[in-house]
Amino acid sequence: MTAVAPSTSMGLDSRKLGMWTFLASEFLFFGAFVSAYLLYIDETNGGPGIEIFDIPFTSVSSFVLLMSSLTMVLAHNSHVRGDLRRMRLWTLATAGQGMVFLGGQVYEFTVFYREGLDLTQSPFASSFFFLTGFHGAHVAIGVLLLLGLYSLSLTGKVKVGQDVKTEMVGLYWHFVDIIWVIIFTVVYLIPELRV
Amino acid sequence: MASTTAAAETPRLRPSKPTGFLSWVATTDHKRIGILYFWTVLAFFFIGGVESSLIRAQLAQAELSVLTPEIYNQMFTMHGITMVFLVVMPFAAAFFNYLLPLMIGARDVAFPRLNAFSYWFYLFGGIFLYSSFFLGGAPNGSWVGYAPLSTNAVSNMAFYAVGIQILGVSSLASAINFIVTIINMRAPGMTFMRMPMFVWMTLTTSFLLLFAVPIIAVALFMLQFDAVFNAQFFQPASGGDPILYQHLFWLFGHPEVYIMILPAMGIVSEVMPTFSRKPLFGYAAMAFAGAAIGFIGFGVWAHHMFTSAIGPVPRSAFAVATMFIAVPTGIKIFNWVFTMWGGRIRFTTAMLFSVGFVSMFTIGGLSGVMHAIVPHNAQQHDTYFVVAHFHYVLFGGALFGLISGVYYWFPKVTGRLMNERLGKVHFWTWLFGFNLTFGPMHMSGLLGQPRRTAVLPGELGATVELYNLLSSLGVVVLAISASIFLYNLIRSIRSGEASGDDPWDARTIEWMTATPPKHHNFDVIPVVTSRDEFWHRKYAESEEGIPVAVPVGASVDEESDAGHDEHIHMPDPSLWPAIHTLGVLPLGYGLVYANWLLVGIGAVWMVAGMFGWIIEPLAEGDDDEPAVAGAAAH
Repeated sequence: MTAVAPSTSMGLDSRKLGMWTFLASEFLFFGAFVSAYLLYIDETNGGPGIEIFDIPFTSVSSFVLLMSSLTMVLAHNSHVRGDLRRMRLWTLATAGQGMVFLGGQVYEFTVFYREGLDLTQSPFASSFFFLTGFHGAHVAIGVLLLLGLYSLSLTGKVKVGQDVKTEMVGLYWHFVDIIWVIIFTVVYLIPELRV
Repeated sequence: MASTTAAAETPRLRPSKPTGFLSWVATTDHKRIGILYFWTVLAFFFIGGVESSLIRAQLAQAELSVLTPEIYNQMFTMHGITMVFLVVMPFAAAFFNYLLPLMIGARDVAFPRLNAFSYWFYLFGGIFLYSSFFLGGAPNGSWVGYAPLSTNAVSNMAFYAVGIQILGVSSLASAINFIVTIINMRAPGMTFMRMPMFVWMTLTTSFLLLFAVPIIAVALFMLQFDAVFNAQFFQPASGGDPILYQHLFWLFGHPEVYIMILPAMGIVSEVMPTFSRKPLFGYAAMAFAGAAIGFIGFGVWAHHMFTSAIGPVPRSAFAVATMFIAVPTGIKIFNWVFTMWGGRIRFTTAMLFSVGFVSMFTIGGLSGVMHAIVPHNAQQHDTYFVVAHFHYVLFGGALFGLISGVYYWFPKVTGRLMNERLGKVHFWTWLFGFNLTFGPMHMSGLLGQPRRTAVLPGELGATVELYNLLSSLGVVVLAISASIFLYNLIRSIRSGEASGDDPWDARTIEWMTATPPKHHNFDVIPVVTSRDEFWHRKYAESEEGIPVAVPVGASVDEESDAGHDEHIHMPDPSLWPAIHTLGVLPLGYGLVYANWLLVGIGAVWMVAGMFGWIIEPLAEGDDDEPAVAGAAAH
């Protein structure tokens, strides 16, 4: 390393450490939402409850989101190997899958709304929309980061040898995926066992 | 310094003048950001003080009507919010910013622009909260904002929910920044166990913020959507549970208490060894007691809810945990006493405030242990006894420690000494006024005076009335004392006695820098070989363990005469943090008034600002890292 990026006390790039620290905080954020959801899972106030979930549909969109972690890894790997063309391709593929997931969530929310589940219906509805909605917002920010990464690599701002930038977006993206694994299990699958 | 800036100048949105208004808006220098924090805190401190004076004027006698109940509610709510979120927390941040890089031998924090971002979020959050006075009334549901009362249409608490959210973002960003700085940017040889105690406390505080802020974020989002968008989180009519809000709030709120006190403990742990001419007693115990407070601090929150419906088992568990947390706190208090024990103590103003901290904080800590006893707690809950308790730990504790830090590091920041005579007058009036204000509250609380009540009921009797009158007189003393402090501060900045680089014969490496420190802090990053590095460079030990001065110049870093001044790489000023954060104002007002147009403008503004920030290099002529051709080949 040169004077431009002085080596650090722990040897880990400061930006990466910062991202890890931020993600540690994010776990508490989603943890609180998950707690609220579990507390309110039966408080449906006479409206729709967990039986409204369409497991096959959500499984497909979950699969798409999980696969996007694979393309994210491929994007980072291409960047490390110095292949910016493939890095861009995989980055776009990741963003595309993220958008498919978001589209699925918009569709799901619309269906639920038509079936009488809206934010003001019950504590169950409020906590469901908050938990999944805030996750969706995180995916949307991730898509924005990926598209930013893509366009900045076109303008030459993200260069060969700067794969830490792809890695940072990747860390965030994998985190968003992991949170979805938890949400899908806790919100959709486990309650299903009781029905 | 930044010789790189000479390269081909493209016109950019980047002020290069080292002075003037724009240079402060664009600053990324941790020292300047620290100074910005300090003055903003001071402004909010006096506003919060005016609010408390109005409260005390209303309560000076029974059945007064100086303030209407509505205004009274706004006053005590804004007083609490201001002192917690706009004074004590950012006051600590001012010290973190200014001192942390200097204390660990770094040239700046890990993310200088993120640091500026934190400050602007804090400033705009404060302005946003106070703008509510002109927009239909300030928040009036107390700083805890219990739902469902606070989701009521007449409660103005939407400003609270959004405003605290903005301040939370500021705290979270600076917590990440300081954690990374401490872990990653220590000077060579500065191991964790050689760090000044203040740095340890900064690290602990930052971790507390990191894990507590996201929880209040969730509570505030829920509260705000209940209040503005009719969500059903805390509405009992549809099955919502108000206790959930209390849990989420105090799961943040109790660590918050330690977030406010630990920085002051760090400051006291620096001041006491210096003025006792002794190393800090039990360094490792102090560091680990701080960490233990951090851990246990996350397991005691429900002692704020002993009178809520939480059941006997949680009550017992949280009572035990609460008593347990007194143990590391007690370790700290004994260690401060033993630091002074047998030392050559100099009672400067800074030292007096530190001693004041230990004694006043101990009183507050003792009444804290009383709260841990559940039946006792049921008697004290929501009385002035609680008000007395937390003012003894926050005013007598945190604020005494922080003011001690002002007197101690003032020479480092300005190159001048604060007037000691005025300082001592400040201290004694402060101590007297403080005890006169909050001491009687113990008694009036035990006699049954309720908190958050606009009118002091006459039927409580003449004794309670007398205690309240004393409290109100105490505020007059405090106001005079605070004016003395302000006068001393301004006078000393203008014409204080020159201090030199090391006026206190201090122990830690921030005193090795020039006074005031240069933009790049250290010409040569010192190599650290021991705890209290600077002390050991100044003094060797004789056979009997008595410090003997090392001759000047005998202890320097080897490279110090090299032509070092040219290659130091510093971040350039940047306007983007300020531009980016400005978008939070339309976003915030949009959320309060459910105006999606404003929300959209704010969001687009912030995203655009973020891209401007990303595209701009940290320093001119450097593109973060040069493209490394060799790195491609693996």
